[in-house]
Amino acid sequence: MSKAIIEVRIPTILRPYTKNEKAVSAYGSSLSELISDLDAKFPGLGERLLENGELRRFINIYINDEDVRFMGGLSATLKAGDSVTILPAVAGGCN
Amino acid sequence: MTLRILQSHVDAIVAQSIAEYPDECCGVILGPIGSDKPIRHKPMINAAASPTFYEFDSKDLLNLYREIDDLDEEIVVVYHSHTETQAYPSRTDIAYASEPGAHYVLVSTRKEIAPENEFRSYRIIDGVVTEEPVQIISEF
Repeated sequence: MSKAIIEVRIPTILRPYTKNEKAVSAYGSSLSELISDLDAKFPGLGERLLENGELRRFINIYINDEDVRFMGGLSATLKAGDSVTILPAVAGGCN
Repeated sequence: MTLRILQSHVDAIVAQSIAEYPDECCGVILGPIGSDKPIRHKPMINAAASPTFYEFDSKDLLNLYREIDDLDEEIVVVYHSHTETQAYPSRTDIAYASEPGAHYVLVSTRKEIAPENEFRSYRIIDGVVTEEPVQIISEF
């Protein structure tokens, strides 16, 4: 199966990795493959998304309209034409 | 850097923090990209519904970013309340802060201090917290 080309929207805080591009293209038939390809193209980006091989708690990733946490996380599948959005969580607290 | 903010927005945020007590409340004020003017107040639901933590619902977050993208707006102010502690960013707040261009506003509902003294604004960039003056105005 040929790998799907995916448009990935990058949040402001991660744009230093993408030369300030708001959207980039990468390949992958799963989210895990996509992140590997992103990290190969934009070194260091992968580490901002993953920690010990898992998605970071404070980063949200969506495939089209769906949070990947509800789609199998890193094993979520991608097909040509899908759009991936990365957003930092807006969160905090008193502790 | 000074946060210039409308009196009506300050009043609405303080009222929200009291209404949602004992949970933390949260929201944003949006403005045209690059303007540094918080114009459009949008209270958000605290998906954590907790007195010690707040988090925008992940779907609400996606919808918010899509909306501001369409309208050429950005998040000028991100605010939340602390229910029993001072209006100063916690370690959690600092760890999660991810909008280097935004004013991070903290309002405290702790009872021993008047709300007007506990509406404070900060920049949080790369883990460094800098408090900034708040200038409350009646219009832009």
